[in-house]
Amino acid sequence: MKRTIPLAITFIVGVVLIVSKFIPHMPFGTLGEDFSVYFDIIATFAFILGGGNLLKVHADTIYRQRSGWGYSAICLIGFFITMVIGLLKFGAVNGRIVVGWPGDWKGDIADPAIWFSSIYEYVFKPLAATMFALLAFYVASASYRAFRAKNVEATVLLVASFIILLGRTFIGKAVSFWVPINRPGPDIPRLAEWVMDYPTRAGQRAIMIGIALGIVATSLKIILGIDRTYLGVEEEK
Amino acid sequence: MGKIYDKIRNLDRRVVFLFIALAVIIPLLYAVRFPEFPTPMAKGVFDHIERMPEGSRVLISFDYDPASEPELEPMAIAWMRHCSIKKFKIYIMALWPLGQNMAQGAIKRVILKDFPNYKYGIDYVNIGYKSGGQGVINVILTDFEKLYPVDVTNRPLKSFPLFKEANSLKSMDLIINISAGTPGLKEWIQFGSDPAGTPIIGGSTAVQAPQLYPYHPKQILGLLGGLKAAAEYEKLLGDKYPQYSDVKLNKGRMRMGAQAIAHIVIMAFIIIGNLTFFIDRARGAKKG
Amino acid sequence: MKGKLKKIIILAIIFGLPAVIGIVQMARGKVLYTSFGQALGTWFGAFLTLAIVSFLYDDNPLYRFSEALFIGVSAAYWMVMGFWTVLIPNLFGRLTPWLVSSIIEGLEGKKPNYFYLIPLIFGILLLMRLSSKFGWISRWALAFIVGTTAGLNFVQYAISDFTEQVKGSIIPLITLNGGKFSILGTFSNTVLFLGIICGLIYFFFSVEHKGFFGVASRIGIWILMISFGASFGFTVMGRIALLVGRVEFLLYDWLGLTPGM
Repeated sequence: MKRTIPLAITFIVGVVLIVSKFIPHMPFGTLGEDFSVYFDIIATFAFILGGGNLLKVHADTIYRQRSGWGYSAICLIGFFITMVIGLLKFGAVNGRIVVGWPGDWKGDIADPAIWFSSIYEYVFKPLAATMFALLAFYVASASYRAFRAKNVEATVLLVASFIILLGRTFIGKAVSFWVPINRPGPDIPRLAEWVMDYPTRAGQRAIMIGIALGIVATSLKIILGIDRTYLGVEEEK
Repeated sequence: MGKIYDKIRNLDRRVVFLFIALAVIIPLLYAVRFPEFPTPMAKGVFDHIERMPEGSRVLISFDYDPASEPELEPMAIAWMRHCSIKKFKIYIMALWPLGQNMAQGAIKRVILKDFPNYKYGIDYVNIGYKSGGQGVINVILTDFEKLYPVDVTNRPLKSFPLFKEANSLKSMDLIINISAGTPGLKEWIQFGSDPAGTPIIGGSTAVQAPQLYPYHPKQILGLLGGLKAAAEYEKLLGDKYPQYSDVKLNKGRMRMGAQAIAHIVIMAFIIIGNLTFFIDRARGAKKG
Repeated sequence: MKGKLKKIIILAIIFGLPAVIGIVQMARGKVLYTSFGQALGTWFGAFLTLAIVSFLYDDNPLYRFSEALFIGVSAAYWMVMGFWTVLIPNLFGRLTPWLVSSIIEGLEGKKPNYFYLIPLIFGILLLMRLSSKFGWISRWALAFIVGTTAGLNFVQYAISDFTEQVKGSIIPLITLNGGKFSILGTFSNTVLFLGIICGLIYFFFSVEHKGFFGVASRIGIWILMISFGASFGFTVMGRIALLVGRVEFLLYDWLGLTPGM
C-alpha cells in the first residue's frame, strides 16, 4: 500500500495527461485539464508544508536551546508577523487601520496600499535582491581564482566569454577602431551577436535535444513505475 | 617586485570584492552613460509589436521576483509602455508568487501614471498569480476561467468585457513573457505558444538567455536577454516615442554604464589571474 | 582580540559611513519621503541590504539576523500568496462557495463542486509529511504531483525540445544574398548545422571516439566550449546587473546621491 498506491496514482495521472493530448475531447481532454487544476491546488499546499516544516525545525531548535536558537526565534517572529498581516489583510483606509483591506476582504493581496506589500517592499525585496546581488562578487572572485587558459578548450571558452563581455557593452564598440562608432559593421558587438546566433545556438541546441530525450525517457520510466526514486527509500522493518 | 607579485598571486578575495563594488558605485555616482546601439534581435521584437494593430490582445506574464528585478523590470516597463501606446488589450498574469507584485508595480508606474484613459476590465486586466507552472499554462490554453475564476480583486472574469472577447490562450495575438527561471519562458514556449500556435516574445535574465536561443526564430519571435537588451529596447522606444526618450525614464540605459565598467574590471582580473598562472608555469618549467 | 576589534571597526564603517551620509542628506533636504512609514521602511531596507553585504567581509550577527528574517518572511509570504490567490478562489470558491461568497463576487447560490475534495484530500495528505508516524502517506500526493509533471513533460518536451529543434536544424547550407552567393551566410549556417551534429556526437558514448567520430567529437567539444564561454559571459552580465540594481537603491533611493538626475 505504501508504494503500490502511489505508483498507481502516478500511472493513472500520467497516462490521462498523455492521452488528453491525443484525444482532447471528453473525458480525457476535460480530465487532463481537471488534473492540472488539482495540481495547482496541491502545489499550493506544498507552500503550507514548507511553512509547517520551517515551524517544526526552528521551534525544535528553540525548545532544545541549540546553538543559534536566537536566530531561529527571529525567523519565527518574521514568519508569524508576515503570516498574520497577510492572512488578515491589514491595511489603512482613510487613516484607519482595517482588517480585510479595503474592508470587504476583496482587495488585491499585492496592492501597494496593503501592509503586506510594505513587508514585500521594505523587508523581502531588499533581502532577496541583495542575496542575489552578492553573486556578482563571487563570480568575480571565482573568475580571478579559477578561470585559467590551461588548454585549448579552456582558451576557446575564455575567448568566447571575452567576446561576449566586450560585445554586450559599449566598450566593444569603442575598441572596434576599424569600424566608425555610429555605423554598423564587422565590429566586436557584431561578432558577439554572431557567436550567440551560430556556435552558441548550435551547442545549446545539441544539449537541449539530449536533455529532451532524457526527460522523455525519464518521464516514461516514472509513469510506468520503473523509476521509483521519488518515493524515497523503503524504511527498514 | 617579488613581494608585489606574491601579493597579487594570493590576492585576498575581499580586495576583488572592493574593486567590483567601486566599479559599480563610481559610474552610478557620476552618472556614466554610454550610447546604445540596438541589435537586430531587439529591433525585430520592437518592429513586431509596432506592426500589430490597435486593439490586439496581448498577454503579459510576470514570471520573476525581486532578485531579478534590476534586469527584468526595465524591459517589463518598456513593454507595458509600448503596448499601452499602441492601445493593445493587455491581460496580465504571473506564474511566480512575487510576479503579482512585479505586475502591480508595472501597472502603477505605467498605466496608472501615463495612461489615465486606460480602463480596468476594458483595456487591461490583472488576473494575478496561480501556482503550478506548466500546469497553469496547460489549462489556460483552452479556458482561462477554469483556473482563474476571478481576477486579483475577486471579481468574476466573465464580468469583464476583455474576457468576453478572449477566453483562452488561443485567442491571444501575442504572449509576452518576462522570465527569471522556472516556470518561465521555456514553459511558455513548450506548453503555451507551441500548442496554441500563439506567437511569443520573451525577456529573460542574462543567465537564462543562451539556453533559450535554440527556440529562436521558429518557436519564439524574439528574445531580450538581460539588461543590455532591455536598454536597447528602451532606446528604440525612446527614438520612436519622444516622451520616453529621456534617459532618466529608462533604468536599463542608466545602469549600462556601471555594467560596462564592471565588465572591464572582471576581464582585468581574469587577465591578471591568467598572467600569474603562465608566469608560474614558466618558472616551474625553468626549474624542471 | 585584535582580529575581533578590526572586524567591529570594519562593520562599523560599512554601516556607519552610509548612515552618516544618509542623515546629512536628509538634513540637506536631498532625500524626501512621502510619509514616516516610507522613511522607516527605506532605512530598514537599507540596513538589511548592508547587513547582507557585510557577509562579504566576514560572517557576523547582523548578517545572521537578516538571513533568519529572510527565511521566515519568505516562507510566510509564499504561504499567504498561495492562500489568497489559489486556495480561496480555486478550492474554497468551488468546494464551499457559501463560505467565501462574501469575499468573491458571483458565488451566491452556487452549488459546491465535490470533485474538489480530491485536491483537498491530496493537499492534506501532503501535509502529513510533517508527521514522523504518518509521513509515508504524503507519497500519495507526491505521486500525483510527479505523475502530472511527467505526463505534461513527456509530450511537450518531445515536441518543443526535440522535433521542433531537429526541424529548426534543417537549414540551407548554401545561402544567397540578393541572388549572389553569400560566404558569411553559408559559413554561418554550416557552423550551426555541423555544430549541432558534432555536439550530439560528443554526447554519444556508445561508440568509441576514434577516427572520424573522434574528430567530430573534438569539434563538438569546441562548439560546446564556445557555448559555455558565451554562457559565462552572460552569467557575469546577469550577476553584475543585479548588483547595479541594489547599489542604485542605496545611492539614489536611500542616500539621495543622484547626480545628473
